[in-house]
Amino acid sequence: MLEIKNLKKSFGSRVILDNVNVTIKDQEVLSIVGPSGAGKTTLLRCITGLEQADSGEFTIDGKSFDPNATDTSESVIGVVFQDFNLFPHLSVMDNIILAPTMVLKQSKQVATADAKKLLDQLGLIGKGDLYPYQLSGGQKQRVAIARALAMKPKILCYDEPTSALDPNLRKEVERLISGLKQDGMTQLVVTHDMDFARNIADDILEVSSLDKLNQTAD
Amino acid sequence: MSISYISEILPSLFQGAGLTLQLFFWTLIGSLPLGIVVSLGLTSKIKPLRWLLDLYVWLMRGTPLLLQLIFVFYGLPLVGIVFQRYDAAIFAFILNYGAYFAEIFRGGLQSIDNGQYESAQVLRLSYWQTIRKIVIPQVVKIVLPSVGNEVINLVKDSSLVYVIGLGDLLRAGNVATSRDVTLVPYILVGAIYLLLVGVCTYVLHKVEQRYSYYQ
Ligand SMILES: Nc1ncnc2c1ncn2[C@@H]1O[C@H](COP(=O)(O)OP(=O)(O)O)[C@@H](O)[C@H]1O
Ligand SMILES: [Mg+2]
Repeated sequence: MLEIKNLKKSFGSRVILDNVNVTIKDQEVLSIVGPSGAGKTTLLRCITGLEQADSGEFTIDGKSFDPNATDTSESVIGVVFQDFNLFPHLSVMDNIILAPTMVLKQSKQVATADAKKLLDQLGLIGKGDLYPYQLSGGQKQRVAIARALAMKPKILCYDEPTSALDPNLRKEVERLISGLKQDGMTQLVVTHDMDFARNIADDILEVSSLDKLNQTAD
Repeated sequence: MSISYISEILPSLFQGAGLTLQLFFWTLIGSLPLGIVVSLGLTSKIKPLRWLLDLYVWLMRGTPLLLQLIFVFYGLPLVGIVFQRYDAAIFAFILNYGAYFAEIFRGGLQSIDNGQYESAQVLRLSYWQTIRKIVIPQVVKIVLPSVGNEVINLVKDSSLVYVIGLGDLLRAGNVATSRDVTLVPYILVGAIYLLLVGVCTYVLHKVEQRYSYYQ
């Protein structure tokens, strides 16, 4: 279980997140929803350590952790970015095994065998030798998921997983997330799409824009 | 243009070409890594470092290479730093070309999307792992054409070493021309430069092809 208490984040004098609390239970899907500009991505970036929170407590399974720490031995959070950010110069297979071999020091054989399993599981059989530019949007997203899962994170986070895809792929993303949930993956999904959130989530957290509050405070 | 005359002067021209080639290779071996390190400094967050490197690049690109050669060989001894002719030439060329390469690499580095660094960070790659495995391979592809231009310039710029009395290809041609009062040596010198540049162009083309496997 991941718990975040009293998370605060401002950019300059603009408060974006004020005392936000988040709880993600094991093997559940938490959706964070809210209008554009509300601070969903900022919240996700604080959790994944890409942005430094002003204050807040982070605990995983009761132990406190620092998302910004780079020297931890365990992977806590995996991330699927809004536009996937695959490495264009590496094949699908090399995208997936780069971090396991470089960071976890797995042998290439072990990492490749694990990656093959992930590719099978995600419907990407035989795509290992392709390069990102040869994939469709949905395939790129699944490679991004495989790349994150290869690091064996405790929680997998997505930022707007439907926004870079055709609208008719929404159902497919829902199935993908449910499938991973069945396999026991804890997931956090940021989206502005309330219907999508309702279809996938066990729990929904609404983030509302603080700009009105800021204005009355001015 | 008699065959016997050509075969008579060719050995001295080839000897000059040998020095040109040595200068060419040592300059590349020194200036490419220097350019990479300087470009990382130019894009770093440490302001004093950036200023210092900006100054270096400005000096090297803002003054003629000929002048830099003269300074290294005739000027530095005045402050107690003495180079042999050959070492002075290589030192000056590495400093000069390092600056040009640094500027080219800086542009390449800045064109790498921030998302690439963020992906690497959440995958917990270290800074140097990210530079080595993610950044440099992509930058190489981007900068290859510009680096290729500089490499070809270098073949010809190497002729500037005559100013500190080194016997390169062009100087060998000079010597033969003024001794024998004929333009034939210069024609041969031109042909050898064309050949060298031709080989460089071919190699660069092959390298660019190797990097064309993705878009
Ligand atoms: N690095 C930043 N510097 C300044 N303001 C930022 C930065 N990142 C985001 N913001 C601002 O924070 C607000 C919330 O952004 P974001 O978290 O991206 O919202 P959402 O993902 O909910 O659409 C926006 O008004 C945005 O302009
Ligand atoms: Mg967003």
